Amino acid sequence: MWDFPLLPEAASSTAAEVDALFWILIGVASVFGGIITAGLVYFNIRYRKNSKASRAGAVSEHLPLELLWSIVPLVISAGIFGWGAKLYFDMHVPPENAREVYVVGKQWMWKIQHPQGNREINELHVPVGVPIKLVMTSQDVIHSFFVPAFRIKQDVLPGRYTTTWFEATKPGEYHLFCAEYCGTSHASMKGRVVVMKQEEFERWLAGNRQEESMTASGDQLFRQFGCVTCHSQTSQERGPSLHGLFGSTVRLADGSTVTADERYIRESILNPGAALVAGYKPLMPTYAGQMSQEQLFQIIEYVKSLGGPQIAGERRNP
Amino acid sequence: MKTVNEDALQKNYITAAYGIRSWLLTRDHKRIALLYLISITLFFFIGGFFAVLMRLELMTPQGDLVSAETYNRLFTMHGVAMIFFFLVPSIPAVLGNFLLPMMLGARDLAFPRLNLLSWYLYMVGGAYTLYAMVTGGIDTGWTFYTPYSTGYSTTNVVPVVVGIFILGFSSILTGLNFIVTTHKMRAPGLTWFRLPLFVWSQYATSVIILLATPVLAITLALLGVERIFRVGIFDPALGGDPILFQHMFWFYSHPAVYIMVLPSMGVVSELVTCFARRRIFGYRFMAFAVMAIAVLGFLVWGHHMFVSGQSVYAGMAFSALSFFVAIPSAIKVFNWTATLHKGRIEFRTPVLYAFGFIGLFTIGGLTGLFLATLAVNVHLTDTYFVVAHFHYIMVGGAVMGYLGGIHYWWPKMTGRMYHEGWAKFSALILFVGFNLTFFPQFILGYLGMPRRYYIYPEEFQVLNVLSTAGASILGLGYIIPMIYLLWSLRKPRTAGPNPWNAVGLEWLTPSPPPTHNFDKTPVVTEEPYAYEEKSAHGG
Amino acid sequence: MADNHSRVAHQFDDLAQQQEASNLGMWAFLATEVLFFGGMFAAYAVYRSLYYDAFVAGSQHMDVLLGAVNTAVLLLSSLTVALGVHAVQRGNNGALTRYLLMTIALGSTFLVIKGFEYSHKYAEGLIPGVRFALEGPDHVELYFILYFVMTGFHALHMIVGIGIMTAMIILTRKGRFSPEYYNPIEVSGLYWHFVDIVWIFLYPLFYLIQVHP
Repeated sequence: MWDFPLLPEAASSTAAEVDALFWILIGVASVFGGIITAGLVYFNIRYRKNSKASRAGAVSEHLPLELLWSIVPLVISAGIFGWGAKLYFDMHVPPENAREVYVVGKQWMWKIQHPQGNREINELHVPVGVPIKLVMTSQDVIHSFFVPAFRIKQDVLPGRYTTTWFEATKPGEYHLFCAEYCGTSHASMKGRVVVMKQEEFERWLAGNRQEESMTASGDQLFRQFGCVTCHSQTSQERGPSLHGLFGSTVRLADGSTVTADERYIRESILNPGAALVAGYKPLMPTYAGQMSQEQLFQIIEYVKSLGGPQIAGERRNP
Repeated sequence: MKTVNEDALQKNYITAAYGIRSWLLTRDHKRIALLYLISITLFFFIGGFFAVLMRLELMTPQGDLVSAETYNRLFTMHGVAMIFFFLVPSIPAVLGNFLLPMMLGARDLAFPRLNLLSWYLYMVGGAYTLYAMVTGGIDTGWTFYTPYSTGYSTTNVVPVVVGIFILGFSSILTGLNFIVTTHKMRAPGLTWFRLPLFVWSQYATSVIILLATPVLAITLALLGVERIFRVGIFDPALGGDPILFQHMFWFYSHPAVYIMVLPSMGVVSELVTCFARRRIFGYRFMAFAVMAIAVLGFLVWGHHMFVSGQSVYAGMAFSALSFFVAIPSAIKVFNWTATLHKGRIEFRTPVLYAFGFIGLFTIGGLTGLFLATLAVNVHLTDTYFVVAHFHYIMVGGAVMGYLGGIHYWWPKMTGRMYHEGWAKFSALILFVGFNLTFFPQFILGYLGMPRRYYIYPEEFQVLNVLSTAGASILGLGYIIPMIYLLWSLRKPRTAGPNPWNAVGLEWLTPSPPPTHNFDKTPVVTEEPYAYEEKSAHGG
Repeated sequence: MADNHSRVAHQFDDLAQQQEASNLGMWAFLATEVLFFGGMFAAYAVYRSLYYDAFVAGSQHMDVLLGAVNTAVLLLSSLTVALGVHAVQRGNNGALTRYLLMTIALGSTFLVIKGFEYSHKYAEGLIPGVRFALEGPDHVELYFILYFVMTGFHALHMIVGIGIMTAMIILTRKGRFSPEYYNPIEVSGLYWHFVDIVWIFLYPLFYLIQVHP
């Protein structure tokens, strides 16, 4: 019964630095808390009502002291802020070689899709030592994908994509929680992240696949929804070619440019008029309400398979 | 003592008129303060009851006491009751209403009828919200995030939102009253920098109330419109933006936490000076600090949204500003401590609460730095760490300050003194119970236990049991004062005008004061907290 | 002549303090109104920047002429309020009453015109959540939601303003005001001017986009 943890496991490449920052904060808090406590206790004892300590020379103002305990905390704060901001930024920009995994949150479960086709519910299998980028959305309300052992958390929103990334450093099983209240079974919307050695993971991948790869599914959907009628290489007058598109810079009709990332592909399918490509007429119908979040992800994987500049992660707005 | 007997026989604001009509139609700020005292105490125990049920459920990892649906209503209603119907009004509506005119040497607030209207608005809003709570409740969390609150929850969202909207007006009118009174009704000689810090903190709080509460009002109104008409303002499925809701909601709700804590800081300044028999250390810094907190408090709302999907750069700006807003609070803590230096400290109950405030607010504030740190916030947000952090400030800070103030001004308000032994014991119980309840929650948070969970992994149980044990002790710390404070009302009104030998205009009046406060408007010639002069003159 | 001493409430030392407090109170209240409408304007700013085409399309359905008439009506009503204050300053209670009546008439005209606009919108199916039949660019509904919420709250404030002016007329007829004491008229006028100013912002933001998109 007394064998309960006081600190969580650190199982990702950024967890150690988050923990270090945490301990620095504990240190700073202890020092300042200690100073105040010591001050309170000492003054209360020494200057209690009938003590013999001298009360001569009591001051009610001391500008240097005021400035000291304004500026010192300010400087310390600036340092902590800087470190925290830098780490936060790094935690938001996935490495170039990160592998994507797609996540759809819904009341009350996590649906995972690996590009290879494997699907999981409330479980995420990943290989150790490989950066994984999660591309996530919600089917209904706001959820939040939280893996304490990795020190990552990212809200998952309906109507848009959010991303986060991690690199697991230790094989094992770790809690996955939903961390944004989402209704009745919010507390049950949990699962586990299973980190495996790389060969083990490859074997798991091959042996647990019920579907074809996301690219293959996406290819099928591309034909099924008629995308190929305007976006094949032989019909370039109607719609822009998607070959080499992903990750490139697209010039829009209003003169602005945008990076063709997951969000762009999604928006183009659901709301084609919003970002019309320069030189094309607004002919594309909307597919809003016609495909599931998972199907959208599959089409995106298919478009990625058509090639593009290798700038998977950082060009995107964090 | 002749003065005391005179007090006991004289007509005071309580005995000036009898009958329920004279209370329900009063314009006397002191009577209105008592009306509020009763109402907010009721809501405190309602909110506390919900908390008891929550902590009982959390003793075990499984959901065995209440269902998920019930638990979701419990934490929502605990938050709504405590924040809107207890904390936000508490010190301003009770102590502020009672003391502000007296501390300024005035006969009443600038707009007494508006003050009464404030109380009625509070009662209407409170009654309607209570009605919504008992006829099905609400399960959105006190934060009402969309689209859950507008498109998915099947509970009484609109009635609760309407109740809070009405309460908002109560709050705004009180703030408006305080601002005008402070500007226009100070006694001769009472310049801004001679004001007690309680007045400064009420003023700063009132500025926040005035500017922030309307934004809550419109946010809730839009929420209601979306829910009733099913149109897309914040619901992405209907074309709206859920992050816009969060921005608008937190634009009020962050300054709201300063509405809840600044008044307590004002109380602490009064208590520390009186019981250390010293001027406050760094008066001007203290006054400017509360104003700085009020202003800066409007600039940090995005620190509730670091993982919401808002831009990383916005996050950085909000993080930097959040560190900045901690500085004036730190200055205040240092200055209170320094005020004790070379004092003659007497350990009466009110100042025990003040010391409790300083210690616990410091811990709460320091843990705020953890949450302001971007990379660490990612791990800690939406976990029990946040729950612990805000309870340290709200309960360890604000409520302790409130109780300290109630004990300090009790003799002034009622003419009676409570039993000091029980009061000290209760303060100690409160302090121990509080820490046992909430400190384990910091650990639970770092371990990764999310908030708003009624079930949890086994390994979190021991810390949860400790927390629940603490809560039972904490509860005692609230019940005992109810008993001895009410008991004190059975005694005759013999407390005297100034049982603490304190400095301040309110102590010049009899206890309880007459309806019009002062027979003659006092003229102020001294600096505030002239305790050293008082001691020098044998006072 | 009004008895000025009895006009001073017990908490104030003299009429001057009372008037200063009253003025500051109204300004403080108007500050809360700025923040209240400000929240709506912020939502407007966000959505207009995100969905500009939708806002252009939505504004095509606004009646620019009716809106302009309403703007003129409100500006005129602020003039009559100001003239009313000027009248009471010179002791002309009769003129004050007439100007207040004109203000109420103009304010009511505004509301009647608004009523016509709203009923047109209903007929054309442009009220989201009630009757909405427009096939426009995505998010065009948001334009109309904001239109009804913002002009709706504005109209509510107009109704309150008319109520206040009615109360002022009643008090004037009771002989309450004089050149020495007319603070409630001033303060009511402040409120009226504020409600007018809100409309001055609403008109271009909703009606004039289509004129110069």
